[in-house]
Amino acid sequence: MNWPNIATIYTKELRDMLRDRRTLLSMIIIPTLVMPAIMALIGFISFKIVREARATAPTVMLIGGDDSPAVRAALAANDKVKIVPAAADWKQRISDKKVRAAVELPAGFDAALAQGASAAVKIYNYEGEMRSAFAVTELRRFFNDYRDKEIAGRLERRSLPAELVKPFELKTENVAPPEKVGGNVIGGLIPYLFILLAFTGAMYPAMDLTAGEKERGTMETILCSPVARIDLVLGKFLMVLTASLSTVLFSLLSMSLTFLVGGSLFAKFGAGAAAGAAKTAAAAGPALPSLDPLGMLAVLGMVIPVAVLFSAALLAISLFAKSFKEAQSYVSPLIIVIILPAVVGMLPGVELNAKLALVPILNVSLVSKELVSGVWQWPYLALIFGSTCVYAAAALGLAVKMFQREDVIFRS
Amino acid sequence: MIEARQLTKTFRDKKRGEIIAAEDISFRVSPGQIYGLLGANGAGKTTTLRMLATLLQPTRGGATVAGFDVVRDAAKVRANVGFLAASTALYGRLTAREMIAYFGRLNGLTGAKIKERTQQLAADLEMDDFLDRRCDKFSTGMKQKTSIARTLIHDPAVMIFDEPTLGLDVMAARTIVRFVRDCRNRGKTVIYSTHVMSEVEKLCDVVGIIHGGKLLAEGTLPELRARTGETDVEEIFVKTVGGDQP
Repeated sequence: MNWPNIATIYTKELRDMLRDRRTLLSMIIIPTLVMPAIMALIGFISFKIVREARATAPTVMLIGGDDSPAVRAALAANDKVKIVPAAADWKQRISDKKVRAAVELPAGFDAALAQGASAAVKIYNYEGEMRSAFAVTELRRFFNDYRDKEIAGRLERRSLPAELVKPFELKTENVAPPEKVGGNVIGGLIPYLFILLAFTGAMYPAMDLTAGEKERGTMETILCSPVARIDLVLGKFLMVLTASLSTVLFSLLSMSLTFLVGGSLFAKFGAGAAAGAAKTAAAAGPALPSLDPLGMLAVLGMVIPVAVLFSAALLAISLFAKSFKEAQSYVSPLIIVIILPAVVGMLPGVELNAKLALVPILNVSLVSKELVSGVWQWPYLALIFGSTCVYAAAALGLAVKMFQREDVIFRS
Repeated sequence: MIEARQLTKTFRDKKRGEIIAAEDISFRVSPGQIYGLLGANGAGKTTTLRMLATLLQPTRGGATVAGFDVVRDAAKVRANVGFLAASTALYGRLTAREMIAYFGRLNGLTGAKIKERTQQLAADLEMDDFLDRRCDKFSTGMKQKTSIARTLIHDPAVMIFDEPTLGLDVMAARTIVRFVRDCRNRGKTVIYSTHVMSEVEKLCDVVGIIHGGKLLAEGTLPELRARTGETDVEEIFVKTVGGDQP
């Protein structure tokens, strides 16, 4: 290995890349501006939709109950839902989202209650639809209250204590630190984004520096120089790694800024909004800034060997291609291979164990989820960092080997 | 000085099996001499020259270029060779000066030496007007001149040209021919592959006719004329390779 030569190649490739608009776009502009802009936009729109949905009472159709004015009046007095008169095609109307839910009262509901008998109320909804879910939650709350009041009345009439039907209280309380809550909510998302960006950042330069050079005829030019092929690979590899890590770093910086600025904007929005909306903002508010900053740095540290793995593997694969287009057809499907383990890592309930710690990409995704929650599992961290380094070294070895193969370099 | 000793290169192809691209090719080129490798497309010219430039390793046989073995001292061979082919392009996003300097550094030249050589080459090749412009904006002629400067930056003793005029217009091709002659006049060892008969007449001191991976005939043009009884280079070539093919 000749380090001055590697440095010469690296410097030239860096200069070359920085003059290429397409690289700048994929390395700096997209991760810095576009990604956070998209995230902020999605966040803003979903926040707005939820706020509006909560602010406007969902329409609920009341079926039956003509002989039960008491419950009808109580329902009508509830401003959290808007009661509309019954229609024969109510099922269709729920499907068409003209009505969010329907509630069916049995005949003689009021009378049954007065006699101390039991009656069944049925709620019809549109599963998976947000406003329908709001309507159901509200209807459940309303009828639970209505039932509790009825129970209380029946007990009082019989002079029995309220505890008779409530032998114990059941409460749940969160003991996880706020970082842990935040970690679980977005902890899976951040390493997933980093892994994806490390890949996409390396993709274009890796193809350009190998298949692209072959296509343009500069590969043969550089092979004529006295530089050893191993120095050539290492110089190119360092450039691809730089692009990969810069993409991650730029996105980290811009995401942090988005969270800081966006977080305060979110809080302002929440304060000014309706009561329901304020609750949403308050719930989302503390989760964002409470990610462990040291953990975030550690995630970045864990992503470094992953970026090495990607850069080397992409170089080796793209070198095999005769043209940039051919390289694209090899590399593009790999995005799915990268996304899959990263997505599995995001799934709730998938926990780190010794076997999963050896699965590349998935291991980093899982341990990162813990790291941003402020949980440091040192043995796993060492195992994952070590195994990823081994995979990365193997990929780099493969890239060096590929550069030494005449049938690959001069494939035509 | 170039000495090829039974240079042989075989490739494996999934469909066609083993292909012999060059077989037992032996020749010598002395300093101050231009050796012309004349052959049709696919005759084995590029493979032979790539073995001499150490881009490919011979399957059998060997060669000495500028006193170094092409297998054992590949890097030293490359440090003493200037290789120019139609397929060796320039980095479009670098300027001509940066391109030349890059190859100067890779050849181990110091910054001061690179500066001095660049100045000299730019003056010789009349490159001053476009020295600081990016190569992707160049005309074919400018590209050729930059490529020539790139091959000459380390002042190599041996020059290898692989169909350097392929696809060039008349003026650009003339620049190359003039430059090859210059190399000979400066005492460099030159090997020049082509399938253009007129270039052989204009340039080459010794001609080797290569066909089907084999060197079929070798000699000066008068020698080849005497041997074949033909005066026209094209006729000499056709007769040597076994007549017109259907």
